Amino acid sequence: MKFFRIFSRNIRDAALSVIRNFSLSLASVSSITITLLVVSISLILSYNVDNFATLVERDVTIVAFLETTATREEVIEVENAIKNMDGIDSFVFQSKMAITEEMMESSEVFQNIMKNWSEDENPLQDTFLIKVDNIDEIGFIAARILELEPVDSTKYGEGMIEQLVSLFDVVRKVSVGIVLALIVVTAFLISNTIKIAIFSRKREIEIMRLVGASNINIKVPFIIEGLFLGFIGSIIPVGATIYAYNRIYENFDGQLFSPFIRLVEPFPFLYGVTIILIGLGIIVGMFGSWRAVRKHLKI
Amino acid sequence: MSLIEMRDVKKRYKNGVTAAQDINLNINKGEFVFIIGSTGCGKSTVIKMMYREEKPTSGTIVVGGLNVGKLRNSKVYKLRRKLGVVFQDYKLLNKATAYENVAFALDVLGLPKSEIHKKVIKALDLVGLKNKAKNYPEQLSGGEQQRIAIARAIVNGPKILICDEPTGNLDPPTSAEIMKVLMEINKMGTTVIMVTHNHDVVKENNKRVILMESGRVLKEYKEGEYA
Repeated sequence: MKFFRIFSRNIRDAALSVIRNFSLSLASVSSITITLLVVSISLILSYNVDNFATLVERDVTIVAFLETTATREEVIEVENAIKNMDGIDSFVFQSKMAITEEMMESSEVFQNIMKNWSEDENPLQDTFLIKVDNIDEIGFIAARILELEPVDSTKYGEGMIEQLVSLFDVVRKVSVGIVLALIVVTAFLISNTIKIAIFSRKREIEIMRLVGASNINIKVPFIIEGLFLGFIGSIIPVGATIYAYNRIYENFDGQLFSPFIRLVEPFPFLYGVTIILIGLGIIVGMFGSWRAVRKHLKI
Repeated sequence: MSLIEMRDVKKRYKNGVTAAQDINLNINKGEFVFIIGSTGCGKSTVIKMMYREEKPTSGTIVVGGLNVGKLRNSKVYKLRRKLGVVFQDYKLLNKATAYENVAFALDVLGLPKSEIHKKVIKALDLVGLKNKAKNYPEQLSGGEQQRIAIARAIVNGPKILICDEPTGNLDPPTSAEIMKVLMEINKMGTTVIMVTHNHDVVKENNKRVILMESGRVLKEYKEGEYA
């Protein structure tokens, strides 16, 4: 009973303090708002870059060309070998006749040239289009496929893919690093602002101690106040993020500059961003308050 | 048995200044004691050690059965709940009303609202300010603010009331009013220890006096001896 009474008093006092110390609360809330906006922008950029990299990596395909002389039995053998291979995500077989038809449909020039080709005369090759689980292993898998008889050659954009993978790797690491650094800076900025705000209430803490409030009794209202400030400070960044990202997504039709660069769909992505922003605001607000009050409780 | 006992107490600050030394004091239940001396004589340091705002460098201080010197920082509240403290600058919350300022001391203890109300009204009545309960400190005179601070200090019924220059900022008639309130509280059984440099106040009230100089107790006067 006493615990609930003290707890409800703490919540009431914290809410009153936010209002009574309006200008200081406003300073803390503004600091939280601005830094969380920056965190939000970097989160969105970082996640979209990561998403783009993943999509590109997923689209990379090994094309395995079979000898023109490959028989149906040999094709089935290769198909089984690929099926049993580790690290294969999916594959599609395209016979040379299917490719011929596809090409004839796409252009009249091809049609005129290819229409009289019989299966034996057809110089095109049967192919397998293979997608791998892990792009880092693409070179190794392509080499293993090349060892199969009667595979003539494999192509997957050698050289360029390795460069792309290492570029994405760097971009990912840098963007995660930037987000983490921003979170640390945010925590520091917010907790410092709250520290200054609480410093001006040194007298209040002194009086609390004087009248016999235990350290925990003093800390809790300030920590709850930090929670309130953090929460209030995260409202604008969350609202602005949801509104702005939705508008950008709709206006650009879910892609940036070209269909190649797809934006992450707003939901459930924005739920995650919302939780991170509110959580960060609240935790940093509480931590800042705790750190600041603790300083005044030492004699 | 003494309510406050100080044995060979010494306080030396980090900057090397020794503010108090060889302090041996016994203050009994129900006493009214003045601690006087010139500025910088160590009188404030002595009472600050009593309510553990300062830690003694050496010696023993026992207040209401608690060994103050050995009291951990996180346990200081146990001592503070046994005593009330009044300051020269009142130390009131400016953004809270007179009632809220007094209630604050009970609020932190988690007492029920009805009990808080009863005790606060009683304390405000004792200091003669029941009719100013809704006023904010800035709407009160210095004497009234000090009476609110006294009400806050005694609302929890402490055994000891420590006053650090409570009349320091007040004119003689207002000081007399404050002294009247403190004497009233003392009559009800609370031990009062008051630091002051106001000789008139000390002379008028004929109580035990401890005279300090250069951080030591120079002389003690029993009740009625100081003139």
